[in-house]
Formats: sequence, structure tokens, C-alpha cells
Amino acid sequence: MSAKRDWEEQISRPDAQRPARFSTLSDLELQPLYTPADLNEDYDQALGYPGQFPYTRGVYGTMYRGRLWTMRQFAGFGLAEHTNARFHFLLRHGETGLSTAFDMPTLMGYDADHERALGEVGREGVSVSSIDDMTRLFAGIPLDRVTTSMTINCSASIILAMYLVNAQRQGVAWSALGGTIQNDMLKEYIAQKEWICPPAPALRIVTDMIEFCARRVPRWHPVSISGYHIREAGSTAAQELAFTLADGLCYVEAALKRGLRVDEFAPRLSFFFNLHSDFLEEIGKLRAARRLWARLMRERFNPRDPRSLMLRTHAQTAGAALTAQQPVNNVVRVALQALAGVLGGVQSLHTNSMDETLALPTESAVTLALRTQQIIAEESGLTNVIDPLGGSYAVEALTDQIEGQALAYIKKIDGMGGMLRAIELGYPQREIADAAFHYQRQLEAGVKTVVGVNTHVEPEEGDPIPTLKIDPALEREQIARVRAFKQRRDEIKLKRALEQVAGACHSGENLMEPICAAVASDATVGEISEVFRRELGVYRDPGWL
Amino acid sequence: MEQRRLRIVVAKPGLDGHDRGAKIIARALRDGGFEVIYTGLHQTPQMIAETVVQEDADAVGLSVLSGAHMTLFPEVIRLLRERGAGDVTVFGGGIIPTEDVARLKEMGVAEIFGPGASTEEIVAWVREQVKPRA
Repeated sequence: MSAKRDWEEQISRPDAQRPARFSTLSDLELQPLYTPADLNEDYDQALGYPGQFPYTRGVYGTMYRGRLWTMRQFAGFGLAEHTNARFHFLLRHGETGLSTAFDMPTLMGYDADHERALGEVGREGVSVSSIDDMTRLFAGIPLDRVTTSMTINCSASIILAMYLVNAQRQGVAWSALGGTIQNDMLKEYIAQKEWICPPAPALRIVTDMIEFCARRVPRWHPVSISGYHIREAGSTAAQELAFTLADGLCYVEAALKRGLRVDEFAPRLSFFFNLHSDFLEEIGKLRAARRLWARLMRERFNPRDPRSLMLRTHAQTAGAALTAQQPVNNVVRVALQALAGVLGGVQSLHTNSMDETLALPTESAVTLALRTQQIIAEESGLTNVIDPLGGSYAVEALTDQIEGQALAYIKKIDGMGGMLRAIELGYPQREIADAAFHYQRQLEAGVKTVVGVNTHVEPEEGDPIPTLKIDPALEREQIARVRAFKQRRDEIKLKRALEQVAGACHSGENLMEPICAAVASDATVGEISEVFRRELGVYRDPGWL
Repeated sequence: MEQRRLRIVVAKPGLDGHDRGAKIIARALRDGGFEVIYTGLHQTPQMIAETVVQEDADAVGLSVLSGAHMTLFPEVIRLLRERGAGDVTVFGGGIIPTEDVARLKEMGVAEIFGPGASTEEIVAWVREQVKPRA
């Protein structure tokens, strides 16, 4: 009898201590053991070499031996000067790129003095209503030497314009600017739910920005095609991957339809994935992501530039995995999730702070989160070898399985007519809601366990940890500033500039040029967004459960 | 005589777009036998109060994760009272620091369900605590 059959017989007797079924966080069933039989026979085709198609083992030839991932902590709260101080704090503590969190009014296209902004100014991120705010936000930051990521979507065109106009005024050429703007509207309708106008005009604006950056800001990433939020909304790992890549394919098709050649813009498409708690599943997901994107891009669009095939990604540890109960445990969760990201080969990483279930991070919490990355980079030895888990029977099996599941979803979406149509039909939204509900049922049944929540629960929580408080007085201050700003402007110049934006909404010309001119004429986030609302329409949540 | 089903509005006030929890709770309440009206996102307090009144709801659950709860909850309560619906049970959840929970209850919020509260717990609470409006 073979050794394998001996083992199978041995383990077939049920073990009363553990659950009957073993599955990943996404409920993907796992085998007890993986062996060489689970490896794809064709190494070159399935895995290959880092920096070479299909990039399974890494998007760059040397990976972290050549250059570490960018340590890029998402930061933003209060007014511009508070976030500017936090930016400088993080840079001093060793982060290597900036990442900006804006408040809900800014994200949704309202100035701080709008009635819908009441109670929300500076709470979830920094308040930016005007070019003055943008200038203060980046004070003292050498924009030609530091790359900035900005997490903003339906008002991204306006914020990018402000960043560009500010850079110009600082004497920095646009050709020297490096960074990313999230600007991924498709995932908004699916998951993050920040919108102004309906999907079709929103896609037009995204395409305008892809085109504009390809021509005028060549080092800039005009979209960060995101799975993070899809996962946070409750999707499985395979859905996260599938819907993200399907969004990406939609953007590529839109840009091609606009008349761009694939190699003109695809090298600057970037991605953003979640790093959740199931260690092996996340590593498999990231490797599957690179391979699947490369294969899809090659077979559908046939680029000549290999950079058009490379999935380069930022990643963030899962917010939804953090617990309010026993918050110090979150430090451990984040370390494991970050580790999965490094083993999965990400290009940029944000590690959550332990207090983020309760509030925005304090200085000490975010320092620890940054140190987590630095310890992995400097002490764990994992940066010495590229894709060290490559060849692991379990990891390769998961990579294959997740790729297969994601591809099945993508083909289904193809069948619906593409992602824009799928969104109108509510397909990804419903898949996500079903997955979220399924997980919640598993959690409440104890099938999935979370320490401190449904296992190892402490009846009395310890002393509460210190958390960041946003002073409500900041809102009044910002409202006063915005009003004062609005008083000081050349009203005629402003009016004409806003009319140009409105005209461009209908003429079909690229919106970025008129938006930059409007911003330079002191138009605010809210004012330009209002033009969008009027000219391009307002989207309302369909409210599907 | 058959008691009519309780009518619960689940609402997302303000600009916060995090609806995973609200949707799960809405589903769970519906599965629990209640009539559920989910408002969808980006509701002003006025819109929510209008919906509660128009739908003859017995209770409204507010979900806020953006930190704006101390503005939004009291405003909904105020508007409900203004419309003669002060007897509607107001409850909620989201990211609400413990120290704010006490203040919200003083203002008239019946209960706040923090992170880790199960749908079972919430459904049971609604069943026990929400009385049909006269």
C-alpha cells in the first residue's frame, strides 16, 4: 500500500476536536494536504520567472531585492494643516510615500459650508474645499521627490486638478509628478458607494483622466483599480479578484474606444487589493491576480509593451478584520495580514492601526503600524528571496483555484455585456450582499471564529485605549475659511470657468483642462461637483438588500 | 386577533456609504418576520423622518460609521417629534464610541448596537422592545 493511502486511511477516522469541514475565510474548501500532484506540470507557463509573463512570481525581476514595497500609510483628518503635520510625522518615521484620506463632504463633492456637510467635516479624513486647502495640505512636501496617493473617486477630477495646479505654482513640472488617484468609479457603485452622477458619465470622467494623464502627467497613475472595498463590503476573495479585474477590463475598453492605444495608458493602470486574515488564501489571490490580468490583457488587447501586462498593486490590511473588542489584538492581525502581502508580492502597503475600529489613528498607533512593515522588511528575511512560497503545493493549488473561480465570474460578466451593464443589473452588488450575509451567518453560528468576538471573549473589557478625537470646532473654522475664500474671488472669471466646465460636459471634450482652469480660478470642490450634478445627472442608491 | 407585523425603517443618514451592516440587519429583520423598509444611502434626517411617517413605521434603525452620529441621531429624533412621531422607537449602530452611547440614550435613542452585536440579539431586542404605534 502506498504511503499516501496509508495516510488517507489514518486520517479518515474522525477527529472529534476539530470541525468537520475546513474552509478559507471565503468558504473555499481546503484539502488536508497538498502534494506534487497539485502542481501544474508546466512551470514556465504557470509560474515562469519574476518580471516575466505571466508574472505569477512577481511583477519585477528583482522584487524586494531591488526595491522594497512603498510604505504608504493612509492619513487624513481635520483641516489641511493637521493632515500636513501627520504627513510630515509619517515621513519622519520612515514611510516612503504619502496617502491621503479626505472627509465625506470632500469625497461626495460638497464644500465644508454645504448643509449636507454638517457634522461630517474633518471626521473621516481631511477637509479640502479649495485650492488653498490643497496648498496647505502639501506644504513643505517636495512634490517631485515624494509620490502621493489620493483616495477619492467621484470628485477625483477636481482634486487631481487642485494637486496639479498647486504643483505648477510650486514650480514642479507635471512630468515630474508621481502618484496615484483612486478614481475607480465602477467599484463605487459596487462597494464604496461614493458617487455624484450615474455610471456612464462617471466612466466618461475616468476615461478623460486616463487620457489626460497619458498625455500630460505621464508618471501619474490615473486609476487605482480596487478590490479592497469590494472585499470590505463582504465579498469572497475570488469575487474581490474577479470584480476588480472586470472593472479594469472595462476601463481598458473605454480608453481604447476613446482612441488611445493600449500601451499609451495600460502601463499606468494600478491596482489596490485587500489583505485579509486567511493567510494562504490572500497569497494565492495576489499571485492569481497577476497571472490572470497578464493573460486577459494579452489575449484581449495584445499589447506590445510588457508593462501593459503587469498588475502592480497597493494593498491595505483588512479594516473589516479589526475588532473593537480587545483592540491590542489588532496589532497581531495586521502583522499577519501584512506578511501575507509581502509574501504575495505587493508594490505598496498600508498597515492599519489597532485603534481604527474606534477612530482615526493616533500617532502612537500609526507608528506601530509603520514599524510592523519595517520589522518585516528589515528583520524577517523575507525580502532576501523572491516569491519564497512559490512551489508550495498548497499555495500553488490555491492560486490556481482562485484564478479559476475569478475567471468564471469574469466570463459571466462578459456574458452580461461587461461590468457597466452588470452594475446596472445589480449583479456584483447582490453577489457581495449575499456573501456578506453568508459570512455573518457563519460568524454567528461559530463556524467562523474571531478572537475576542465569538471566542476568547472577555466579559469585562480592559481600560479603553486612547483614541483620536476630532474637535467639532474645526468644522466651524473650516466653514469660516471656505466662506472667506469664496468672498475673495474674481466672480466673473469664476463664472466663465464654471460655464466652460458645463460646456465640456456636453461637448464631449476632455473635462480635465476646463476643470484645471476652473480650479485655478478658485472654483471649489462643491461648485464644480454641482456642475456635474446639473449637467451629468445625480445617481441615487437603488437600495437593494 | 392577529397582531400586525411591526414596521421597521433601516436608514443610512448622512454621507456615509458603509452599508454592509445596515443591509445585513435589514435582511435579518425581514427574515425575523418584520416589515422592513430600507432607505438606501445618503439620506438627510428630513428624508428619514418623512419615510418613517409615510411608511407608518414603529421603529427606525440608524447606521452611522462616519463619526457624524452626534449630529445625525439627535436631528432625526427632533424631526420625528416635530412631525408627531416622537413615539417611534429610535435605535442604531455603527462606529459610535462608548462615551457617546450614554449621551445618545439621554437624547432618546433606545439602544445602540456596537460592533460584535449579533443579528439574533438585534432581532430579539426589536421583538421585545418595539411596541406597535397606536
